[in-house]
Amino acid sequence: MKVFLSNQGNLRNFKGFVESLVLSSPDTLEITTHDKWVTVHPANLVLVAALAIQAGKEKTEIIGKVPDTGRYLDRMGLYELTKTPSPFMYCKKEESGRFVPIKIIKTADDQSRFIIDMIPLLHLSEKNATVVKYIVGELVRNVLEHAFAKNGAVVAAQYYKKTNRVSIGICDTGIGIWKSLQTHWHPGTDIDAIKLAITPGITGTTRREGGTAENAGAGLFFIKSIAKTTRNYFVIYSGNGEYTLLKHKKRIKGMPRLYADPNRDPHSEVATAPNFPGTLVAVDISLDETSEFNDLLSSIGDVYDRAIRERRRVRYRMPKFI
Amino acid sequence: MKKNIFMRKFVGGFAENKDIAKKMRVEKVMPTLLKHDEVVFDFDGVSGATQSFIHALVSDPIRKFGSTALDNLFYKNANDDIQEIISIVYRYMQESLDSETYEE
Repeated sequence: MKVFLSNQGNLRNFKGFVESLVLSSPDTLEITTHDKWVTVHPANLVLVAALAIQAGKEKTEIIGKVPDTGRYLDRMGLYELTKTPSPFMYCKKEESGRFVPIKIIKTADDQSRFIIDMIPLLHLSEKNATVVKYIVGELVRNVLEHAFAKNGAVVAAQYYKKTNRVSIGICDTGIGIWKSLQTHWHPGTDIDAIKLAITPGITGTTRREGGTAENAGAGLFFIKSIAKTTRNYFVIYSGNGEYTLLKHKKRIKGMPRLYADPNRDPHSEVATAPNFPGTLVAVDISLDETSEFNDLLSSIGDVYDRAIRERRRVRYRMPKFI
Repeated sequence: MKKNIFMRKFVGGFAENKDIAKKMRVEKVMPTLLKHDEVVFDFDGVSGATQSFIHALVSDPIRKFGSTALDNLFYKNANDDIQEIISIVYRYMQESLDSETYEE
């Protein structure tokens, strides 16, 4: 496998990053970077980390010239997953207030501890902490419950002070979304499966409305909707499919309209991406744009209800007019 | 009879661990509703909850006990966010209760 970390590592350019991946020969991983400047989003980082864990430390290396900005890769813990020693000598700054380095979560207890530990690292207010805990709680739980990933969930986050934004990436090398929806929904392709997974009320565990005792099929739809409402990007990559929710334009006033059907959201999609054996979900959250969380939840809940009602209505029998 | 459940004792400051929700449901909520008794979830000291957690806690009681669950489950000291999430789960569970099943 080969991964190139460019100088444009953000969710807007994630599609390009995905298309540049070489995922053949999963037993080895070569990581290269832009020679003058490297920028990575937690999404890029957790994907590389998940692949590195899968290939194994001894078969993963960072090759070629890594610029000074590559120090960030060291701070986030990527070098520890490779056989390449870090070339960077520096005084490690206090982590608090900036980032959550790569963490591996394998159990529900790990998840609870991680959620408690990450908030002080990001230095968030209680209001903003609730949103971030919510997102991480839902996304990590999805991995633990549905991905069957023996290596667990790989998580990283970064707070950007200048834009007052938190970026989160969560990745696993489990069964992928297509397989997890196969039993009840039979999606044709990976991109079909991704779109089903972000449709409200669709869960891999049943076709019954309201879900099972443990799953309702709401988690990813809620996260996508939080990203849309806060006018940010949201990305899912699994198998050959990649879906990016595009940023809602700032010049359009008012709360962005939420849709149950992901095809109605402004997005880009790829159906023939390099085949990634697992799932990556990443999201940016602008803390300036986060209105009262309960108002946001209320709007999302309304769309969820409407989606269930509309699905029921489709199955109503029609009068037979002759 | 009323069964009070102090959520903070089980979930800490943020309710996201569905394993705990399931354990509470199976060991405390369902047996109490079976006796037609009331359950009071006290969220004092809990700042938030995920929809998945609340779903794992109350969706099955609502599905299996219907109006007995709706009448006998109470939520105390839940902040606005938690109240909103509980309301969402109540709405969609009731929407789905009378719908035909998709099961094949």
